[in-house]
Amino acid sequence: MSWVYLATAVVLLVGMFMILIRAIAGPTVYDRILATNALGTKTIVFVTLLGYISGRPEFIDMAIIYALVSFITTIAILKFAQMGRLD
Amino acid sequence: MQAHEIVTTVLLALGCVISLTGSYGLLRMPDFYTRLHTAGKTDSLAQVMIFVGLVFVTPDLLTQLKLVMVAMILMIAAPTATHAITKAAHLHHLRPWTKGDPGGEP
Repeated sequence: MSWVYLATAVVLLVGMFMILIRAIAGPTVYDRILATNALGTKTIVFVTLLGYISGRPEFIDMAIIYALVSFITTIAILKFAQMGRLD
Repeated sequence: MQAHEIVTTVLLALGCVISLTGSYGLLRMPDFYTRLHTAGKTDSLAQVMIFVGLVFVTPDLLTQLKLVMVAMILMIAAPTATHAITKAAHLHHLRPWTKGDPGGEP
């Protein structure tokens, strides 16, 4: 059963590389923010799968924290890009 | 392979396909709004499929609840973030791509 998790993780990594190319090449700042947001979602799934590959599903706690932090990060970067300040 | 493992494999494979199409669309589409169209939708659906697929092979009830919780947090947070990005780009007068414009560079 472990090879299923491994195959899923490899496919997710390929997708993450594509998103990373867009985050580097994106013409506008919103492209970069969107790519970072998508990369965060993929990372959450990847961390969970890593826990299942190594037989330790406790990694899911990290995924919960990353999900909450990633959302706040996106909103904060958007506000900084639009206003030029964070207060 | 038992029945619940087959269900997990099918759901993970579906999540993989949807995630990969979303990533390729993000790379290939011509402008910001079309990229938003591919990335915003596929992210929400692919993560739900993979997390629900993992629920079927988890024997522990607490871990199952945590998996469902992550899926629900992402189901609420990811569309909200996508909406905020769209609204910011629209307020910044980013013009949508129309037919005949240059674009589509990978």
